[in-house]
Amino acid sequence: MTIKLENIGIRYIVGDFRNLGIKDFVIQKVKKQYNVKEFWAVNDISFELESGDFLGIVGNNGAGKSTLLKAIAGIMTPTKGRMEVNGAVAALLELGAGFDGEMTVRENTFLRGALMGYTRGFMNETYPEIISFAELEEFEDRPFKQLSSGMKTRLAFSIACLVRPEILILDEVLSVGDGAFKAKSEARMKEIIANGATTIFVSHAINQTRELCNKVLWLHKGKQMAFGDTDKVINEYENFLKKHSK
Amino acid sequence: MISFLSTRWKKYNFVFEELVKRDFKKRYKRTILGMGWSMLGPLLHLFVMVLVFSHFFGRDIPHFIVYVFAGLKIYSFFSESTNQGMASLMSNSGIMTKVKVPKYLFLLSENVASLINFALMLIIFFIFAAIDGVPFHPRFILLIYPIVTITLFNIGVGLVLSALFVFFKDIKYLYGIFTLLVMWLSAIFYSVDTFSLRTQRLFLVNPIFTHIHYFRLVVIHGVIPAWHIHLACAISAVVALLVGALFYKKFNSRFIYYM
Repeated sequence: MTIKLENIGIRYIVGDFRNLGIKDFVIQKVKKQYNVKEFWAVNDISFELESGDFLGIVGNNGAGKSTLLKAIAGIMTPTKGRMEVNGAVAALLELGAGFDGEMTVRENTFLRGALMGYTRGFMNETYPEIISFAELEEFEDRPFKQLSSGMKTRLAFSIACLVRPEILILDEVLSVGDGAFKAKSEARMKEIIANGATTIFVSHAINQTRELCNKVLWLHKGKQMAFGDTDKVINEYENFLKKHSK
Repeated sequence: MISFLSTRWKKYNFVFEELVKRDFKKRYKRTILGMGWSMLGPLLHLFVMVLVFSHFFGRDIPHFIVYVFAGLKIYSFFSESTNQGMASLMSNSGIMTKVKVPKYLFLLSENVASLINFALMLIIFFIFAAIDGVPFHPRFILLIYPIVTITLFNIGVGLVLSALFVFFKDIKYLYGIFTLLVMWLSAIFYSVDTFSLRTQRLFLVNPIFTHIHYFRLVVIHGVIPAWHIHLACAISAVVALLVGALFYKKFNSRFIYYM
């Protein structure tokens, strides 16, 4: 078992607390006007995945799919429940974000590799491969901000996928870039999956989910509607959609 | 505890080194003078202070330049590393919302970058001391002690500030006022000898003053500071670290909602 979730719930706080100054905070506290609203973005999610499983997560907007991915990726801490995730995780969420514009491509690559938990030795070894896969040989010492957005995505993808993730988390992306790179990235992704990585894939494309996944989790407004074999869950989901679109 | 720290270190030393490299480079990258600039600022500050205040206090305080320099150096180490530390979580929010990584690493790396800067200033400080005719002796090795305690103190204060800064952006301005007050209360360019004994003891409540005092006792007077000064330094470090750690532990999983 690589991933096990037991009654996972994540509570969000909402309200205009983000831009609150400490002065306003104190005043509101004193006047007892300070209240933030809380809601469960996901609640009571339980499932298990074996290594090699390919899980598709389906559900409408606001079902909590992305939140759940963030929890599995370790970025968010669940408010309740138990979670076990065994293995190196590569999460392809919003590729290209979180890089430093002032730093060079080389520096960014090492930093990102380090952040993802790889050793210096491994990065020294893999670095040339990453750069050549991303087709950025001539840009190694350029500041990251000078790259085009396509190049940024290519670099981010290459770092995440050339290292050997055991758990791959994909949010709506199965391939990135355009033209030749699109095909190349898709091939690479399929290779990782074929090598036995556990994959979690969020998608709105039902056909794609049916084709790729062996298990499906269906979320609706943060609740777990169904989890199980692809055909069964997808059929239920489609029936549900038909009923509610009328 | 030790084994916990060593496994942590093994796991994160690579990412930590990369972060320190980044933070150190970023500080000096965009200025023509680079590192020289970061030296020049404090030195100009020192120059003006000595110029102005030697008229008032210089006659009564031996080695006035070294006296002021010791104060200014410790104070700016404190102010720089806590101010940079305060922003360390927010300025890395882009990374934290995309990759799983212990958040305190960002703060520690800023502190290490400040410490490197401090070490460079220390060299210049000793050059000044030599020129001013301060006798050097092996007791200077004692200075390692207050450097360790103030670094820990800075980290502790940084933990509190960085957490607060995630929630309240106006902390920055309040803290600016606070550090200014600390500067005036740290006897950087004046001596506390003219105050009553009770007031003098009150000064020791301010950790910045205590550390400055330690430095001056060792360098200018060549004495080993009394035990209660050692204790005051240690207490400030431990208290700051404890409060900082509690703050961080309590709030660290909530940061992401504010980014």
